[in-house]
Amino acid sequence: MVRVKIWGSLRTATGGAEEVEVEARTIRDMLNALAEAHPGLAPQIDRGVSVSVDGAIYRDSWLTPVEGAKEVVLLPRLAGG
Amino acid sequence: MSQIHVTTKINGDETEFLCGPEETLLDVLRDHLGMTGTKEGCGTGDCGACSVTVDGRLVCSCLMLGAEAEGHEIGTIEGVAKGDELHPVQKKFLDHAALQCGICTPGFLVAAKALLDRTLEPTEEEVRYWLAGNLCRCTGYDKIVRAVMDTAAELRGA
Amino acid sequence: MALDDRFHNRDFKVVGNRVTRPDGIDKVTGRARFGADMTAPGMLIAKVLRSPHAHARINGIDTSKAEALPGVKAVVTYADFASAHAPDDDNLVNCMAKDKALYDGHAVAAVAAISTAVARKALKLIEVDYEVLPHVTDVDEAMKPDAPVLHEDAQDESVPAGTPKNVVRRYEFGHGDVDAGFAQADKVIERSFRTEAAHQGYIEPHACLASYGSDGRADLWCCTQGQYAVRAMCAGMLGMQASDLRVTASEIGGGFGGKTTVFIEPVALALSRKAGKPVKLVMERSEVFRASGPTASTSIDCKIGMTKDGRITAGRAELRYQGGAFPGSPVEFGAMSGFAPYDLENVQAIGWDVVTNRPKQAAYRAPGAPMAAYAVESVIDELCQELGLDPLEVRIRNCAHEGTLSPYGVTYPKIGLEETLKAVQSHPNWTAPLGPNQGRGVACGFWFNFGGNTCVSLNIDEDGTVSLSTGNPDIGGSRASMSQMCAEELGIPYDRVRCSIADTSLLGYNDVTDGSRVTFAVGLATIKAAQDAIKKMCGRAAAIWGIPEDAVEWEDGCAKPAGPNAGEHPPMSLAEIAAVSSQTGGPIAGHYECNADGAGVSFATHLVDVEIDPETGFTKVLRYLVAQDAGKAVNPDYVEGQFQGGAVQGIGWSLNEEYIYGEDGRLQNAGFLDYRIPVASDLPMIDTVIVEVPNPGHPYGVRGVGETSIVPPLAAISNAVSHAIGKRMTQIPMSPPRIVEALEG
Ligand code: FES
Ligand code: FES
Repeated sequence: MVRVKIWGSLRTATGGAEEVEVEARTIRDMLNALAEAHPGLAPQIDRGVSVSVDGAIYRDSWLTPVEGAKEVVLLPRLAGG
Repeated sequence: MSQIHVTTKINGDETEFLCGPEETLLDVLRDHLGMTGTKEGCGTGDCGACSVTVDGRLVCSCLMLGAEAEGHEIGTIEGVAKGDELHPVQKKFLDHAALQCGICTPGFLVAAKALLDRTLEPTEEEVRYWLAGNLCRCTGYDKIVRAVMDTAAELRGA
Repeated sequence: MALDDRFHNRDFKVVGNRVTRPDGIDKVTGRARFGADMTAPGMLIAKVLRSPHAHARINGIDTSKAEALPGVKAVVTYADFASAHAPDDDNLVNCMAKDKALYDGHAVAAVAAISTAVARKALKLIEVDYEVLPHVTDVDEAMKPDAPVLHEDAQDESVPAGTPKNVVRRYEFGHGDVDAGFAQADKVIERSFRTEAAHQGYIEPHACLASYGSDGRADLWCCTQGQYAVRAMCAGMLGMQASDLRVTASEIGGGFGGKTTVFIEPVALALSRKAGKPVKLVMERSEVFRASGPTASTSIDCKIGMTKDGRITAGRAELRYQGGAFPGSPVEFGAMSGFAPYDLENVQAIGWDVVTNRPKQAAYRAPGAPMAAYAVESVIDELCQELGLDPLEVRIRNCAHEGTLSPYGVTYPKIGLEETLKAVQSHPNWTAPLGPNQGRGVACGFWFNFGGNTCVSLNIDEDGTVSLSTGNPDIGGSRASMSQMCAEELGIPYDRVRCSIADTSLLGYNDVTDGSRVTFAVGLATIKAAQDAIKKMCGRAAAIWGIPEDAVEWEDGCAKPAGPNAGEHPPMSLAEIAAVSSQTGGPIAGHYECNADGAGVSFATHLVDVEIDPETGFTKVLRYLVAQDAGKAVNPDYVEGQFQGGAVQGIGWSLNEEYIYGEDGRLQNAGFLDYRIPVASDLPMIDTVIVEVPNPGHPYGVRGVGETSIVPPLAAISNAVSHAIGKRMTQIPMSPPRIVEALEG
């Protein structure tokens, strides 16, 4: 089980929960499981997200393990200048 | 379109070219003579990327017609180094990391050389005002001003 | 990524030196080739017809007269892309208007002709049947229920039902209970702020040369922050296979985020395809202002509570960013980053993304962050003033550390914010005496940084030099820092490495040069590629010596036998191994590809003193100090350069730069004369302190440094001006008329 922190405006899709738990080994599993358990998250996940795993931020990195991570945070897709 | 025949000297070399009556000296340098070291940042005299000297005077080549070069001596960035010997101000720009992207650099070097040809004792304020017609968006000017001041110091043997 | 402290404390030989950049000579002699410096035989010149209206339906475009003009070889409109593109590609519709012109300057058609003069003439012969519509350019106006609507269907599910249609996204971040936090405060201040749109202001206008062959293959030369992204976008818009389009990045004359997307490149390709000849397309400066991607303008409410002794109890911000005619303003980054420097129990930030009749915004150095920091840091400053507290002490008291929960939900790893605050505190500028009409301002700033897709190759040349290929345009000297890291890892002198920027046919996909990612991610890949080559060189040495591979180690640029059973062999240098490479198995190369992660966040503190002329409202910057955490400065000269350049862009934004739209929705200052960026005589030297708190995610501890430096200046200068004039300023830029108005008001 991974506990995933959800940012504020997505919490309408999780019934207000700030954190949800899903069964997942990797970021990809996790995103799929999130979209399945909380269909309201699916459009945002499709548009693109980043995921922070124990402080390191990943973009499009499906295979990164999340199992056993202390902190997993869903973030908007990061970009820069 | 009738073309105008112009005879001029560029970086010391006798040069002839044909240009349209509406073409600027910058157009001529870049598009007809292949001297693309002189840059166009605005085309309206506001950025200094196109700086050249005409008979030793600093001008924006985007504000001067090609036809007006008749009989004058033009100096461009391509003439600042003598062969493969860099001018001291070029060396100092490298030593001081006075460029990031480098698009403004030819204009700054031509302008700085024009200043140093007039005086080797510019104050920081003089350098800043002399270069105020040259825009640089990358460096914040700090290292450019230092490079020019340091060149002046070296040239006057300080 | 392995966190390896062994590297952080190593004794660097090349990294950290102020080396001369490899492209230096080309750039001081005029030899370097930028976007507009390329030509091709038989090349045509292209020009773009742009909408004079802020908002208009396009009922028809008649190009027949233009096409009939002698010397015109092709005319394109949106119809020339229509067959190929995906249904709603905002980038394409931004490059060429579809059924509506959405802003003043929006491209509606383009011409390729034998000369600039003919192309210009042809533009005048194109007849566009416009039906002018009401427009809106202001963010707050655009959010009103009766505002003219740009798109019927651009709003997504994050926006509550019933919200006006120009509001297209909503974001919320934070934790804790802000109302409870405000209740604990001794003082709560709430203010509303506005910032106007600024432009990146790169001195090189967008330029490209496209050559589309009759075999369906094309070459594109352009100034861009990312040739691979250009290829992906253009291939999509033109219905091409990626491998059929080779994109070469020219030298780039500044980007700052503005060259992370496409504007003219697909248009030049479409013209070249139609004309069957190479086409050069260069924007004029006015087009750069009207039709590239400036940053968002914003309207922000910010409320912060503080105890008498300077503890922040809660912070709340509501941010409204207009990002031009399409969704995608960087408001989420504003909402995530504004409070990021502080360790807060209660924090909430809500962001609204709004569309208006302005050009589609593009990234600008730490996109979205400077405006949010402006609001937050201004309110903190005012609280300190009201409570009689030292603004630096208060920031030190509240600042984030390793283990702090950030407002965007991530717990920070090792960061260096407090170190930057302390560096400011111990700098002489902090105690320099101030005179009349002078004021001092301080502010902090934060940026995420990221890693991303990176692919690097290096070849050990037969004479012992090294050719390094990377896929990211070098905007500010990165070839030097890549060569340094490569030389460091291989143990050879810096001048033995030559770094080139590969075109898209030579390496795998590299993300654009943005997010301050290059020194971090490409550096990391370069180090790994060097390690790959080292492994192979050790293998060659082992084979020559007839000992096992693992009995060879690499030290100081040489393979050496190691361990008890390795035997006695004199070390073989890289050059010696390279010299016999042909006899030992052929050429030696190193390679690495990754989607890099572990880019450490970066913090800065800025300190500025200003003097106001009360007559004219003119602000003179007297002193400016940047203290920023670079993790490890690979080339300190260029790290300082990033600090200084970002700070000065921020100074320009806070004092002068703004997009001014008239009642007619047209941009009124589309040139460097009226959109005034700082010049040398406006500024003092920009003092810098490089703080080095190593990033645990990089072998040498490197953090991105390119963006954070533009985050604090808006607030720092506003705080300084507010102290100098004794009035709290709440709008950026603080141009002289606004300061005079504040003084009189
Ligand atoms: S191009 Fe001549 S001044 Fe800008
Ligand atoms: S170095 Fe880029 S504009 Fe000056």
